[in-house]
Amino acid sequence: MSAFQRHRRSGHVIATFTGFEADLLRSLASQLVELLHSEAAVPEDRDPFEALMDFTGPTTEPEDPVLARLFPTAYPDDEEAAGEFRRFTEGALRDGKARAAATIIDTLEEAGLPDELREDGLTIDVEMDADTAHAWMRSFTDIRLALATRLGVEDGDEDYWYALPEDDPRAQAHDIYDWVGYLQETLVGALSR
Amino acid sequence: MGDVSAPSPVEVEPTLDPDVLDQVVVRPATPWVTIVWNDPVNLMSYVTYVFQHHFGYSKKKAEKLMMEVHEEGRSVVSTGSREEMERDVQAMHEYGLWATMQREDQP
Repeated sequence: MSAFQRHRRSGHVIATFTGFEADLLRSLASQLVELLHSEAAVPEDRDPFEALMDFTGPTTEPEDPVLARLFPTAYPDDEEAAGEFRRFTEGALRDGKARAAATIIDTLEEAGLPDELREDGLTIDVEMDADTAHAWMRSFTDIRLALATRLGVEDGDEDYWYALPEDDPRAQAHDIYDWVGYLQETLVGALSR
Repeated sequence: MGDVSAPSPVEVEPTLDPDVLDQVVVRPATPWVTIVWNDPVNLMSYVTYVFQHHFGYSKKKAEKLMMEVHEEGRSVVSTGSREEMERDVQAMHEYGLWATMQREDQP
């Protein structure tokens, strides 16, 4: 089972993945990048002139529930202030999250993950400095938030997920959610040392 | 100051009437707070790490705040000017924590 460790001498964070695991992580990170760029950051259904004159950023909550969770409303009781905050932060936050997810993809591919996984028994050893590991850790959060929002994960609902039949796609997705949680836990541990 | 000395002509101190001064001095506005809310996803270890890493809190303080979020559903994690709190909220969103801000005296 793969887990992150801190290399004692170099201080680098290391982990070993099977080709399948590395491919899965790349797929999750790619989906996140796609999602972050999918929904127009500025809503399209408004006055065309107003839209043209405003190229700063969005002012209303994203419609997609995952994006709404990734970019929460900062001022719950003040719509105007919330819109201004969003206008000035959401673009940068989207870019930062997309960059962190791209870091996962780049690290895996630089470690030898081919464009298309064909061979069995492939092992991917990753080694990263603290900054890269930090980006992985933050992106794991975004991936877990995305999976949990799609699944409808709630506090204390573990029994529900474990009771699902194995071939239920939700059970499989929840297993992946748990696995990324396990990876993140060991990565936080490695970075805290 | 007991001794009264003759004022030097080049160092004239402006006369400050304490009553006027009291009105001129800007009273600090009500501070703002950053609140982190509980969510079913974020790991306790990760939330603690973020509080230590971003705010520079000790492990003990970070764990206390994390437990507050976990058990009470929310915790005030920082206090300051509106601009400072906007930076903190943005940073929390970067880390995927669910954070909001409001005036300190707001319920």
